[in-house]
Amino acid sequence: MPQLNQETKHKINFTLNGKAVSGYTEPRTLLSDFLRQEMALMGVHVSCEHGVCGSCTVQIDGKAVRSCLTFAVQVEGRAVDTVESLADENGELSDLQIAFRKHHGLQCGYCTPGILMSVEAFLEINPKPNEDEIREMLSGHICRCTGYTGMVKAIQDVVETR
Amino acid sequence: MTETSSPLKYLGQPIERIEDATLLRGAAAYTDDIPVPVGTLHAAILRSPHAHAEITSIDVAAAEKQPGVHAVLTGQDIKELTEPFLIVLRVPLDQWSLAVDRVRFVGEAVAVVIADDRYLAEDALDHIEVKYNPIEAIIGTMDAAQEDAVLVHPAAGTNVVSRRDFSYGEPEKAFAEADRIIENTIDYPRNSQTPLEGFVVVANYLPGEESYDILSNFQGPFTVHPVMSKALRCKGSQLRMRSPAYSGGGFGVKQAIFPYVVLMCVASRKVGRPIKWVEDRLEHLTAAIAAPNRVIEAKAAVMNDGKIIGLHFEQWDDYGAYLRPPMPGPLYRQHGIMTGAYDVPNMTIINNLVMTNKTPSGMVRGFGGPQIYYGLERLIHTIAVELGLDPLDVIKKNLIPADAFPYRAAAGALIGSGDYQQALEISENEGKLAELKKHRDDMRAEGKLYGIGYAAVVEPAQSNMGYLSTINTVEERKKAGPKGGNVAIATVNIDPLGTVSVTADSIPQGQGHATVLAQIVADEMGLTPEDIIVNMERDTQRDPWSIATGNYSSRFSSSTVVSAQMAAKRVRAKLADIAAQTLNVPAEDVEFAGGQVFAKGNPENTLRFSRVAGTTHWSPGELPADMAPGITETATWSPPELEPPNDKDQINTSLTYGFVFDICGLEVDKVTGEVRIDKYVTMHDSGNILNPLLADGQVYGAFGWGLGIALSEEFVYSEDGSFLSGTFADYLCPTAPEVPEPQILHMVTPEPFTPLGAKGIGEGNVMSTPVCVANAVSDAIGIRDLQLPLSPSKLMSLIDDDEPAAPKSIADAKPATSKPKSGRGLSGSGQAIVPVPPTEVWDTLLDPVKLAAVIPGCHELDLVGENSYTADISIGVGAVKGRFQAHVKLSDLHPPDSVILGGGMTGPLGSSSGGGRVTLTAVDGGTRVDYDYEVEITGKVAAIGGRMLDGASRVLVDQFFKRLIAQIEGGDANAGDAAGSWWSRLLKFLGAG
Repeated sequence: MPQLNQETKHKINFTLNGKAVSGYTEPRTLLSDFLRQEMALMGVHVSCEHGVCGSCTVQIDGKAVRSCLTFAVQVEGRAVDTVESLADENGELSDLQIAFRKHHGLQCGYCTPGILMSVEAFLEINPKPNEDEIREMLSGHICRCTGYTGMVKAIQDVVETR
Repeated sequence: MTETSSPLKYLGQPIERIEDATLLRGAAAYTDDIPVPVGTLHAAILRSPHAHAEITSIDVAAAEKQPGVHAVLTGQDIKELTEPFLIVLRVPLDQWSLAVDRVRFVGEAVAVVIADDRYLAEDALDHIEVKYNPIEAIIGTMDAAQEDAVLVHPAAGTNVVSRRDFSYGEPEKAFAEADRIIENTIDYPRNSQTPLEGFVVVANYLPGEESYDILSNFQGPFTVHPVMSKALRCKGSQLRMRSPAYSGGGFGVKQAIFPYVVLMCVASRKVGRPIKWVEDRLEHLTAAIAAPNRVIEAKAAVMNDGKIIGLHFEQWDDYGAYLRPPMPGPLYRQHGIMTGAYDVPNMTIINNLVMTNKTPSGMVRGFGGPQIYYGLERLIHTIAVELGLDPLDVIKKNLIPADAFPYRAAAGALIGSGDYQQALEISENEGKLAELKKHRDDMRAEGKLYGIGYAAVVEPAQSNMGYLSTINTVEERKKAGPKGGNVAIATVNIDPLGTVSVTADSIPQGQGHATVLAQIVADEMGLTPEDIIVNMERDTQRDPWSIATGNYSSRFSSSTVVSAQMAAKRVRAKLADIAAQTLNVPAEDVEFAGGQVFAKGNPENTLRFSRVAGTTHWSPGELPADMAPGITETATWSPPELEPPNDKDQINTSLTYGFVFDICGLEVDKVTGEVRIDKYVTMHDSGNILNPLLADGQVYGAFGWGLGIALSEEFVYSEDGSFLSGTFADYLCPTAPEVPEPQILHMVTPEPFTPLGAKGIGEGNVMSTPVCVANAVSDAIGIRDLQLPLSPSKLMSLIDDDEPAAPKSIADAKPATSKPKSGRGLSGSGQAIVPVPPTEVWDTLLDPVKLAAVIPGCHELDLVGENSYTADISIGVGAVKGRFQAHVKLSDLHPPDSVILGGGMTGPLGSSSGGGRVTLTAVDGGTRVDYDYEVEITGKVAAIGGRMLDGASRVLVDQFFKRLIAQIEGGDANAGDAAGSWWSRLLKFLGAG
């Protein structure tokens, strides 16, 4: 691994929501802070900053990753996707987003972007999960508002219709 | 103007939320997402590692010189520039936004650094040097209530800063005449619903108008606004509080942001720049707020058939270190309805308000309800057990009769409507109670620990703003003037093209208020909810507000909606008057539907809604005579039933009272102690339901947190006041596998005291679920005294069952033992072989230069006296690293055989003290070093690193000896940390490398 100087900013190049981007960052800057403050992606939510709650989850090369436990410099050359990538180019919500609305799978919405990114990565690996598997996957996220019932139903809905 | 209305098309329907399209895209602007003024600086807060200590000095000189730092503020700045916060009691409990002279809980704000960015501000915190003189901390509520207890506020002269007794009916007579007196004492823990978004404040002092412009996620109640403006010595109008439309969860907790609002105002004024502060998770868990823990000694005067003729509650409610407004609300919010769902005319209540060295208590969903129902409903089950009755029969025997409504409860609650008997009947049938009981029999026959619990709860909503004055005596209240009511405000406005916008005073925290307001206004206007724009921002300089403004006590569905409907009806009436001229019909015959305004019975005679609305903008001259131009209406409403407390101390604490009845069937695992919820039925009479989708969402959410309260969530303190629940890995929020879907049932008795007939629904399960689960656990294991949360370890210690033997690998390991008495207690022992003779080891240990090279993370070690050292050491546990000042004294020296080490470390992350013995014995191949140590750790490290401390300390000790060997052998202490070694990787993982 290359040595990075703590005091200086480093240029990083990566793919963000399908577009090639670059930016400058200190080695200690968290990916969550970088995406919010430098890339203006306010759908990345910071809550616990120790990898338990899952609010800040994004995808790196298709895998769900806590952006609060990742340094910005680590995404050099990689593909990062955030909740902003889910709606289509015309701004239409995805089937998963629509299902969350239909089943009232969100209240304050703070945990939602991270959950959506985890669900999408999960359904790539396991397109037909049962309820227990869905709940097990969701256990990587904390939601304080909903009691999880609505989001479980929303995911089941998408699993059936996709 | 004549008020008419369309048939309800949207209200009462499960309309999907209009908020969601924004939230699901990640496009909702929470407070931290909103652009700040140019030049905004960032704040980081230094917090106390001690639960109780005098601050002897604070040296900020080094911190001020750090890169990017603009200023460092301490308690002295705050004392000069602000007044102490007002409280409801006339007791000297002074508190400021930073600690002044003394800290009273772990996490109390001591200093604030203002810097160019948050990273730099946090860097500088490490350079503030605070000297503390620790004082014994008082943590246990009942300990604090003892006469000789250490005082949290010496000026108050006592830790029980308020005590009032109340008597209703003839309780002495009831207790004298009862067949039995049955008691149960409960000790409800500290917890919080911990919103995922923490506090955010942006404060900007505007010198031209000597005012403060605040953007924050404060959720009200705005009773706290005067508290802040008085503290800042400004007029109310000079404190402009702005709230955004979206909040990442509130649950009451975001009321507690107010000291930080004042702190950042002072910082902005002092620095001359806007200041932003974003709370982190550790700060939130440690220092934001907790629901008060409470001891309730509950007694019932009962007859042998289960009839309760009298109740007695003595409560000790623990407010932690400071009484922050609107505390002690939780002790009085339920006051009028302390008899719950039961018809009991005789009652005494004794309320003790206790101060301890814990985080100040505050608003948390349920607000006193979870505590009192834990006391009351455990008592009901205890009565059943003691009398050999079915708990359900005891409940039924005592419920308020269905024909008694409106019912005035002994302490003053006026319950408008209900049919509790019918609610139970529906629950038993739809919830299939008979089957569940059969299932319990079957499970028990198999030897399983299976239980069924019940809880009957009256859910109050829309608080009477005068209830807290019940804490004062009748005479004191007369002097201060009557307090009551709860004002709601909403505005409906129509633009020149006929589109409708709505604003209201409810400061939503994710409940979907915008959707419900759109439903209500759409119905009045004959439009669709999508036609209505609802803006839930609030700005105290531009929007109407009252002290009741805010999101609390489930007030939205019984009050804010009323004012919105009133405003919409006025707008509609005005439009009808305008349209009546053109349509040539009387105004009362004008109807609204499908975006058209038309004559009743003649839909051909019609105008476009936008055309009628536009008239008020474009041609006010065409308006009917005497009609004001423009088309905007603000309506305010306060229910007359919310009267001040009367001379008998009766108080109608809330406007509406819903009813919740829960049934829970669960199994307690004999081997693990884990509770498995098998079936959960929750019945709600919430009056008319405005949006069933959202109402059920409130039930699911409250149930989820109710389970957390019941099974896993607790803010834990050690006896010395160290806080031990500083991460979401220590404070255990339920996740999806732990929260099953409950069966939700509804019935409707419309609320007579609010025009839309709705009662609250947001807090019921927070009150019912914890006690319902506890009742079921009690039924399963046959034990009466249960203290929440009912964690597997706690239940294992209660189940009298043979525990299977531990696997050998676990049985043989010798873990360091934890001692909850003092912070994180660590002790351990071990030995190491060093391949040189004892004298050489001895010389290394006593040579400051060599020793410095051996101690992991040691930057500097100075000999400051005979066998006495100070050291500057970097050490880390988990992701948290810090620099510590250590002092070590060697004593009992027996060269080269043994020595005793004693000392401690202090730093921004906390402090430790302890000691150990090192013995050197000559053996084949060198020296055997035997050591044992005992260390107590407090502060941040104790709060977040609990699970890792044992491992980390063993790693550090091992590293010490590896470096010692390397030092003696080759003079290079770092040789022990060869890159790529297993130790090195583990150390890096633990943050100690």
